[in-house]
Amino acid sequence: MALQATHRDAGPVTVVDLSGRITLGDGSALLRKTIRGLLADERKKILLNLADVDYIDSSGIGELVSGFTAVKNQGGDLKLLQLTKKVRDLLQITKLYTVFDIYSDENSALGSFH
Amino acid sequence: MASDDKHLEITLETQVESVNLAEEMCLRVAEAAGFGEDDCYRIGMSVREGVINAFHYGNQERPEKKIHLALDITPEKLIIHVLDEGTGFVLADVPDPLAEENLLSTSGRGIFLMRAFMDEFDVVKGRNGGAEIVMSKKLPAPDGNSENGKGGK
Repeated sequence: MALQATHRDAGPVTVVDLSGRITLGDGSALLRKTIRGLLADERKKILLNLADVDYIDSSGIGELVSGFTAVKNQGGDLKLLQLTKKVRDLLQITKLYTVFDIYSDENSALGSFH
Repeated sequence: MASDDKHLEITLETQVESVNLAEEMCLRVAEAAGFGEDDCYRIGMSVREGVINAFHYGNQERPEKKIHLALDITPEKLIIHVLDEGTGFVLADVPDPLAEENLLSTSGRGIFLMRAFMDEFDVVKGRNGGAEIVMSKKLPAPDGNSENGKGGK
């Protein structure tokens, strides 16, 4: 399924609800465009909700890392919410599970932004 | 090739759409061969990464070059070959994506994922000088109790 992205504001944090596959091509491009668009709007506290993302390839992983770095470089924070098992396993074997700040509960995630 | 082996091959264009096409084709073959859901996911992801590697690194995204995908099913395993028309590469030269200095790299995880998800993995010099990825996965046991997760979720 092609990636879909919508975003909503929760105070100073922007929650991006993603669904579908983050893969080479349109999926990775949409994630990049979404994060870069938020940064351009000075929205630098970003929570990516991956509850409905059931598949990520190496290109998608690269885009998550790219977004994370871009947000950090602008003094912001990008965190992940509600990973599916496949995505969690993928981040664990690539050792990125320790790089990203990951939450299973949205309120806890929102409260973690400073 | 033994008489009960099955062979399938396809030539793909160097374009993004070929990645999905290759994945879908291999998933059908893997399902038909009896692999469970978990192994199908791993096989599909590995084919995907192999074709991405050929598309991006091997063929440098040049549309005049082709990607050659071949599948062999022997009584023991599914063997997948992905051949590009690039200049080849040495596996030992590929940086370790788990090294501290590479963790935040935005690329370079494809080889690692194929190695992690398949039982055997190698890169050899192809017949045209390009890189040929050769990877395999043992077929599930007929009783469904294979260590490879036949019938797994």
